[in-house]
Amino acid sequence: MSTTKVQAKPVAVERRRRFDRRWAGLALLLAAAIYAPFQLVPFHVFQLTMVLVYAVALLGLNLLVGHAGQISLGHGAFFAVGAYAAAVLMDRWALPYPLTLPLAAAVAFVLGLALGVPAMRLRGLYLALVTLAIAIFLVPLLKRFEELTGGSMGLTLAKPQPPAWSGLAEDQWLYFLTLAIAVASFLLAASLLRSRVGRALHAVRDNETAAEVMGVRLSFYKTLAFAWSAMFAGAAGCVYTWVIGFVSPDSFTVNLSITLLAGLVVGGLGSLSGPVLGGLFVMFVPSISQDVNDAAPGVIFGLLIIAVMYVAPTGLAGLAGRLIKKIPRKE
Amino acid sequence: MAGFVQQVVEGLGAGAIYASLALALVLIYQFTGIVNFAQGELAMFSTYIAWQCVAAGMPFWLALVVTLAVSFAGGMLIERVIIRPVEGAPELTIVIVTVGLFIFVNAAAGWIWTFLIKDFPNPFPGGALEAAGISVSFSTLGVLGVVALVMGLLYVLFQYTRIGLGMRAVATNPASARLVGIRVGRTLALGWGLAATVGAVSGVLVAPLLFLEPNMMGGVLIYAFAAATLGGFDSPLGAVTGGLIVGVAETLAGAYVGFIGSDLKVGVPLVIILGVLLLRPQGLFGRAAVERA
Amino acid sequence: MRVPAIGCAALLLLAVAACGGRDAATGGGTGGTAAAGGQCAGQQTTGITDKTIKLGGIYPLSGPASAYGDIPKGIKAYFDYVNAEKGGIGGRKVEFVVRDDGYQPPKAVEEARRLVEQEQVFALFQTLGTPSTAATWDYTNQRKVPQVFVATGASIWGTDTAHPWTIGWQPNYISEARVYAAYLKKEKPEAKVAVLYQNDDFGKDLLGGFKRALEGTKVQVVAEQSYEVSDPSIDPQMRNLAESKADVLLNVTTPKFGSQALAADAKNTKWNPLHIVNNVAASITVLKPVGFENVQGVVSATYYKDPNDPTWANDPEMQLYKQKMQQYAPGADANVPYHTFGWAAASSFHKAMEAAACPTREGLRDSVRNLKGVKVDMLLPGVTLDTAQGDGFPIESMQLMRFKGQRWELFGDVIDTRKEFGPLGG
Repeated sequence: MSTTKVQAKPVAVERRRRFDRRWAGLALLLAAAIYAPFQLVPFHVFQLTMVLVYAVALLGLNLLVGHAGQISLGHGAFFAVGAYAAAVLMDRWALPYPLTLPLAAAVAFVLGLALGVPAMRLRGLYLALVTLAIAIFLVPLLKRFEELTGGSMGLTLAKPQPPAWSGLAEDQWLYFLTLAIAVASFLLAASLLRSRVGRALHAVRDNETAAEVMGVRLSFYKTLAFAWSAMFAGAAGCVYTWVIGFVSPDSFTVNLSITLLAGLVVGGLGSLSGPVLGGLFVMFVPSISQDVNDAAPGVIFGLLIIAVMYVAPTGLAGLAGRLIKKIPRKE
Repeated sequence: MAGFVQQVVEGLGAGAIYASLALALVLIYQFTGIVNFAQGELAMFSTYIAWQCVAAGMPFWLALVVTLAVSFAGGMLIERVIIRPVEGAPELTIVIVTVGLFIFVNAAAGWIWTFLIKDFPNPFPGGALEAAGISVSFSTLGVLGVVALVMGLLYVLFQYTRIGLGMRAVATNPASARLVGIRVGRTLALGWGLAATVGAVSGVLVAPLLFLEPNMMGGVLIYAFAAATLGGFDSPLGAVTGGLIVGVAETLAGAYVGFIGSDLKVGVPLVIILGVLLLRPQGLFGRAAVERA
Repeated sequence: MRVPAIGCAALLLLAVAACGGRDAATGGGTGGTAAAGGQCAGQQTTGITDKTIKLGGIYPLSGPASAYGDIPKGIKAYFDYVNAEKGGIGGRKVEFVVRDDGYQPPKAVEEARRLVEQEQVFALFQTLGTPSTAATWDYTNQRKVPQVFVATGASIWGTDTAHPWTIGWQPNYISEARVYAAYLKKEKPEAKVAVLYQNDDFGKDLLGGFKRALEGTKVQVVAEQSYEVSDPSIDPQMRNLAESKADVLLNVTTPKFGSQALAADAKNTKWNPLHIVNNVAASITVLKPVGFENVQGVVSATYYKDPNDPTWANDPEMQLYKQKMQQYAPGADANVPYHTFGWAAASSFHKAMEAAACPTREGLRDSVRNLKGVKVDMLLPGVTLDTAQGDGFPIESMQLMRFKGQRWELFGDVIDTRKEFGPLGG
């Protein structure tokens, strides 16, 4: 007994030190994120806002793909459901915008649960097929219920205005709203992953059979992961509606789902920073590659996805981690 | 009644198109155990090669032979260059790589040939066979015939050749297959090559009907997936039957079910995929996989 | 989130530092302004100087709708020509920045903000597509940036009164529908019409306009079928329409589906309706793949000169266009009508800008809403740009054409839908 105690001590210290450094890094990042909108031009603030929106959606997708090991090619559909839920609530029932967030998230969660029950009986590949079909089907479905969704013309909404006391411009206010939601989502996801659920998901991802033998209720946790992941995507969709102020079926084609998956893969599967890096990728790579050649975005997007899978299966997050580890540290 | 039968016939025509791509999906699944999301785009790219040959003055049939050969080589090359490095990686990785390939091939075709539609020569005569008030166009008959032929060839390949046997061994368990002396790498490359060739046939069949442009196969892909799922991912006969059923179901639903109408009929493949997976995951003709713990 | 957090923070700070202060750029027209005096005092002069004028356009250069990506090539060729040989527009050299939105509305919003805030353009000259324009027009109007001659025919650009900074250019879909209605009323007063339409704003706008224009006539719509752009084929729809035994088919489609519908009609020998194809799908690039022998007698309507029509072989503007396209857009086929469309739109902008009382954003806004019989040489003779307070549709006249041999032949007079049906109400 006593020997183990002695040995455990340095490990604990090392862990504590890593923990401190991590929090210091996060605090610095948050400080930078708060400082940024006071420095940047509105256009860049808007771009950062969209990065955060995508990051929240990717966070959800990451729960499913990175942590539970299930493939979804239809996450844009849940994003769309959240966006439309917010838009319809604001437009048809004139609900104040802060209330739309929990409602949109709840709608996406329930839908995820409902679809998750059958979908989670499926093996990985088939889940990809089903989610792809859902994403394709959603577009005509949104057009069909025109009284509610505004049909193919979509809905135009007023953007949330900053309260007078804040003294902020519209873009800054939207940014801080999004930042707050993103931070809350990250904390939620982090605590979720540290809980029993997270451990169960990892067990499922790494070896389904073994997990089942050890008493993990497979379908329960997989369905739960699907629903949580849909909820994050729905929340992201809701914020998207606030920021863009316009929803239409054409905004949520299969393309969006594929782009989200690509962003997550490039950002880094299974890590918490992956979604942020993925958000940056989704936001900036198309416009940067466009400067190279008008037809280039697709070509570059496709090549990057394949390349990342070769050289850095853990994505940019893993790559950055590996690079930093290589830098010798003084202890 | 004649109207109904006519709808069924047209559904079979649409189904034959889905079946042709589903055959390529089934083939690659048999060889490699993966679902290739880029299969439709590869077929589209092959069709452009055929178009380019014809545009350069080659006679159609020669162009077809050249296209099939190029597609075969291209498929093997893709396996070597793009798939080999991630061989043995989790399913997730490979699916993502094929999605990357999908995006890349689509954009590349747009870059090379622009997004303007191209006309593609129809190998079958115009006109239709008329009987009892029903008309079946020659091109529908032609597509059905070619699809049946390809299906037969694949069946023979799967069941009666050494390659087929080795391929099944590789798809089931690559490590064991290697131990008994099967050249896994070559078999996988062969699988990609053959799938690309079958895909090229599909593209050439489809192009005169849908017109050639980079997104030609995008709409077909989901129906082909539904067909392969319905028939079973390991059965050529299943792929064709599945394709025909999907085609007829979709056409009839669009024509006679008022709520579905022509706008919501893309929901039909979704319902079929979900239904099959829940009720009979191995598909109509597939063998149920026995999982070893 | 192991170490990258610090890295991200550092990166973000670096980016913040590199991009400079917020205040510097928000002040409106600090970069590149001309002093506007007199009656123009106090108006916005962002993006315009005595020597230059900067415009931004948003088009789908990638993705499924990228066939329209040819339009900015025609525009660029026009501006390059005007810059090099005419000294620009009123002495100002035009800089035209094109951005790609891939036909995705959120991307269009991003690009609009980039053009307005970062590139500091004077005006958005064309956003393509109804969804992308609808996604951006709140923004441009809030910022008071002209969004002129948008490349979409939705009627809402002209009927809406809350967005004075946004205006269309091409005949709106309702006007086009009116042209076909007028034609049928005269030629086939008892026609039974079957309609194939794309299930979106464009298809519904045209179909709705068509039905309204038919009110009080004996022409009836007897069958309607819609399709989704994600459908692989429209053959099933065409079959259902054929069952209606209608004697007219109105084909309201985008290019690829237009070809499919024309081919399906040609293939069905038992049903031979008069085929009217809408302007969007009437391009020669749509008809050629179907085979010219299969599209004889098809009717459509247009408003600008077709580069493939020998009628204009000796037309000075057409000759100029072909020559300058070769010079300034080598590699682009001048016979592709999208280029011609771009050229015509650009030269319309030229006229509107020259007519502006003030070289300011307000000046442009007022000028495009006060066009009186402005002649643009690339438009058909008799088609002019006309707008007024309460009339936000620059072009509302079209001429019918029929396909004969290898090309469209114009017939009848230019139909001014304003005169025939009265102004479009909201």
